[in-house]
Amino acid sequence: MNNLVISPSPHIHSGDSIEKNMYGVLIALIPAFICSVLFFGWNALVLTLTSVIACLIFEFLIQKYLLKKQTSIWDGSALITGVLLAFNVPSSLPVWIMILGALAAIGIGKMSFGGLGCNIFNPALVGRVFLLISFPVQMTTWPVAHTQIVEPTFPQTYVNVVSENSTDAISGATPLALLKIVVKNNTEISKAKVALTKADKELAEGTKTAAEVAELKTKLEQEIQAAQISQQKAKADLPTALELFVGQNPGSFGEVSALALLLGLLFMLARRVITWHIPITIFITVFVFAGILHLCNPEQFISPVYQLLSGGLMLGAIFMATDYVTSPMAVKGMIIYSVGIGLLTVIIRNFGAYPEGMSFAILIMNGFTPLINRYCKPKRFA
Amino acid sequence: MLKTFKIGGIHPPENKLTSGGKIQKLPVPEQVIIPLGQHIGAPASPVVKKGDAVKAGQLIGQATGFVSANVHSSVSGTVTAVESRPDAAGLLKPCIVIQVEGDEWVPEVDLSEKIERHTDLPKEEIIKAISAAGIVGMGGATFPTQVKLSPPPGSKAEILIINGVECEPYLTADHRIMLERGEEILIGVQLLMKAIEVKKAVIGIENNKRDAIEHLQSLAAGMNGIEICPLKVKYPQGGEKQLIQAITKRAVPSGALPIAVGAVVQNVGTALAVYEAVLKRKPLVERVVTVTGKSVKNPGNFLCRIGTPIAEVIKAAGGPPEDTAKVIGGGPMMGRAIFNIDSPLMKGSSGILLLNEKEGERKPCKNCIRCTKCVSVCPMGLEPYLLMKLSQYNLLERMEEEKVMDCIECGSCSFTCPADRPLLDYIRLGKARTGMMIRNRKK
Repeated sequence: MNNLVISPSPHIHSGDSIEKNMYGVLIALIPAFICSVLFFGWNALVLTLTSVIACLIFEFLIQKYLLKKQTSIWDGSALITGVLLAFNVPSSLPVWIMILGALAAIGIGKMSFGGLGCNIFNPALVGRVFLLISFPVQMTTWPVAHTQIVEPTFPQTYVNVVSENSTDAISGATPLALLKIVVKNNTEISKAKVALTKADKELAEGTKTAAEVAELKTKLEQEIQAAQISQQKAKADLPTALELFVGQNPGSFGEVSALALLLGLLFMLARRVITWHIPITIFITVFVFAGILHLCNPEQFISPVYQLLSGGLMLGAIFMATDYVTSPMAVKGMIIYSVGIGLLTVIIRNFGAYPEGMSFAILIMNGFTPLINRYCKPKRFA
Repeated sequence: MLKTFKIGGIHPPENKLTSGGKIQKLPVPEQVIIPLGQHIGAPASPVVKKGDAVKAGQLIGQATGFVSANVHSSVSGTVTAVESRPDAAGLLKPCIVIQVEGDEWVPEVDLSEKIERHTDLPKEEIIKAISAAGIVGMGGATFPTQVKLSPPPGSKAEILIINGVECEPYLTADHRIMLERGEEILIGVQLLMKAIEVKKAVIGIENNKRDAIEHLQSLAAGMNGIEICPLKVKYPQGGEKQLIQAITKRAVPSGALPIAVGAVVQNVGTALAVYEAVLKRKPLVERVVTVTGKSVKNPGNFLCRIGTPIAEVIKAAGGPPEDTAKVIGGGPMMGRAIFNIDSPLMKGSSGILLLNEKEGERKPCKNCIRCTKCVSVCPMGLEPYLLMKLSQYNLLERMEEEKVMDCIECGSCSFTCPADRPLLDYIRLGKARTGMMIRNRKK
């Protein structure tokens, strides 16, 4: 009784901790991890372990020797960055590239800003975009997902993945890349059709001879046919919505199974690790915006269900856009941020050069987060 | 659907260890130390001197000014000192020290158990009796009651709200008086209704006190205009603005008093003190204190004389446990850590809580991970993470813009923070500095 502790109130604490929240996210990632190993074999396991261990080591080294601070590698944040970074790459990625990605994620994305809580951009996405720009071929070579565990074949896959046409390498393209092919062929077909009418007109006006026009016409018709065949092939290769939902499609190995990712979302909502605002708003925005585009031109724009289930949308909306550090603080701000991500994703996917837009959309909105926080305040009492 | 306030709030473990423990009378101690400033406002000035003989219930400190309260002797005996003594925080405060001899009360006090019911008194007489008895808010805020009952000109009270919420974990003093002194409380409520001329009073009680709700409901059945309102359990429901919103759906504007929405709020303990002051002519010299803690041998609710050393009440509950790390005056969320356990109990002491090392531990502060939990639990809709940062950089204008003055210091943010950040510590500091800046500007 002689040494009483004095401190201001409150004198009790909920017992919540950074670790509890971070490990909650990690538990929520388990279903997606199991799916990725089921569909892509041991490669997925090896890459995830590589990424996680590399992230932990880089964080430890930077904290200890560069920042000279107390190390806190077991708070779970570097683990999450490692897992998410690995989930965002193809399962055929060479291990050394994975390690470089981890260095970019932890070194540039996180520690250069001062460590956990200080970074503006999602570290895993910084790592991913760094890899996408530095190693475009390796980052867009997609092995097919298997429904059963394959034999451990990782030594070979690292050698045979690079081919000339990256999107059509050993395995065929991701659903979103296939969609790009459909759209590209659409444009080619309509271009050729315009040229055909022009040729007809020129014949009527007498500026060109019948032979010239006939030759041109045959050429154009061949082009159209070729485009149509390629388009049909791409359409035939497109997995069904159900296949996308379960995860039987090529893609970054952690993002393919919408079902597993949604299970993770349910877990995090039940444990109150995150709130519903960000993921659900992104889903709604993408569905509505893609739906409007689809209604305007069903040939050009794929159905909103497909947009929702394909690519990194689920992984991004559930696990990356919801990153505590880089998302807004007030509910109003979260909604603006999520609508922004949804719109940008659909715009990049449909009109941009890249087939996938989730990473860029999240990074762009991460950049807006400080501004959103400045102007979007929570609902005051009165 | 039970009523509650709209935004924020937390659910700390209730730990109401003593809700079944009947109120026990604590024996009169050998010596009492009665501080002259037990309320918000100017301290009373002493009207006795060293060597004077006093009786229990005798005026020993006279209120000095509008916001102040009388102080009475809680025991009979001899004044041995009128001097400064260290209070619970170790700061020197003017006190009157009385050596106890017997237990003799001033003659006009009615000490019988008989319940008086003649509430048909003029308003002025009630307020005068309350003022004379030195009654202050018994929930812990200790604002002089007669001031609250005299609304500023131009405003009119429409509803009296009685706070029986007791949302702080561990504390059960209000719960017990509602069960054991229910009828007196309701008579006190009627007196308060007369004093502010309202036709309606609502007693808000959280639903974890079903027995008290049912007991008061059955007693209030015969009384006009008194309603018992069960509330959903959520901290800080006992906050004045939160309670008013829960019961009336009206939000008191930023910077305004409850009277702005026509409400006057009083604690159940205050209602009981009002009954005793007006109908039994007994000034505020004793109160019920919960002495509790997980390692305390005999936690309980004790009726104590004001001025009893805190160490004496702890002794009554079985003495301080070995592992005591912190002694708290009040509840664990808003109470103050006590430095000096020889300091006395005061009018606002609702509980003495002994926390062990593990429970009272403060872990080291980590980086803010911006998880938004502090924002989502803040009952005033503020951004504690931001206010803490602004306070660290002493950006007072920005803090004012971010409504720091609305903070009710409930501690929900610090309680919740997964990074163990001392959010409220910094906000309190910034709030004090911002308040000073605002006052200087007005000058």
